[in-house]
Amino acid sequence: MRILYFAWLRERVGVAEESLDPPDTVVSVADLARWLAGRDEAHAAAFADPKVVRAALDRRHVKPDTPLDGAREVAFFPPMTGG
Amino acid sequence: MSAPIPPDGGIFQVRVQAEPFDAAVESARLSTGRTDVGAVVTFTGLCRADAGAAPLTALVLEHYPGMAEEEMARLLAEARSRWPLQGAVIVHRHGRIVPGEPIVLVATASAHRGAAFAAAEFLMDWLKTNAPFWKKEERAAGDRGAPSAGGWVAAKSADDDAAARWTAPDDAR
Repeated sequence: MRILYFAWLRERVGVAEESLDPPDTVVSVADLARWLAGRDEAHAAAFADPKVVRAALDRRHVKPDTPLDGAREVAFFPPMTGG
Repeated sequence: MSAPIPPDGGIFQVRVQAEPFDAAVESARLSTGRTDVGAVVTFTGLCRADAGAAPLTALVLEHYPGMAEEEMARLLAEARSRWPLQGAVIVHRHGRIVPGEPIVLVATASAHRGAAFAAAEFLMDWLKTNAPFWKKEERAAGDRGAPSAGGWVAAKSADDDAAARWTAPDDAR
């Protein structure tokens, strides 16, 4: 699974992208965020406040309880500030 | 990079680019060579300087390549489902943008002004909360002068309120 990070999440994790295979117990987007947060201090810092983390599955916005369901690309990022 | 939308007699286009754009050229394209367009509304969002001990020297815009174009195309499709548009262009820049330069353009064309105004405002409101772009401030006294983490601009609740006026696209955020 390809995992992308943007803005300050990218800076805190330390990489823009990584390829990981989460265990079968990781079912939803929120599960994935929790699993990633447990990997190391950098990931823990990025996911410290779940309220300010948004996610997209295969380039579409999703809510935290959305099942990963074979998604190939998962992205995590802060609330958007374009425009 | 651009993601054209199948036209039905008009230009419907979204673009993400590093280069500046010419708002006059973009809006003129919507009515050139046709006589059925009664209204063209053009909105340009600019990088604004601010005063203070560490004045803003630039905004650096990060985006999610691929999703940015797709999300902008989805917003444009939603606008077309709500108003009788004859054309629309959305251009959003990424990279380093200095005060006075344009960041975003929304231009809409319709037979009457009501639809063109409403669709343009709708597109801007939803762009701000749904299009995957993030602004980072660069300031004269270093790049850590901003109130939010590491210079990243914090999302404003006023923007969420503005977007919510039109009701959420898919309740996905």
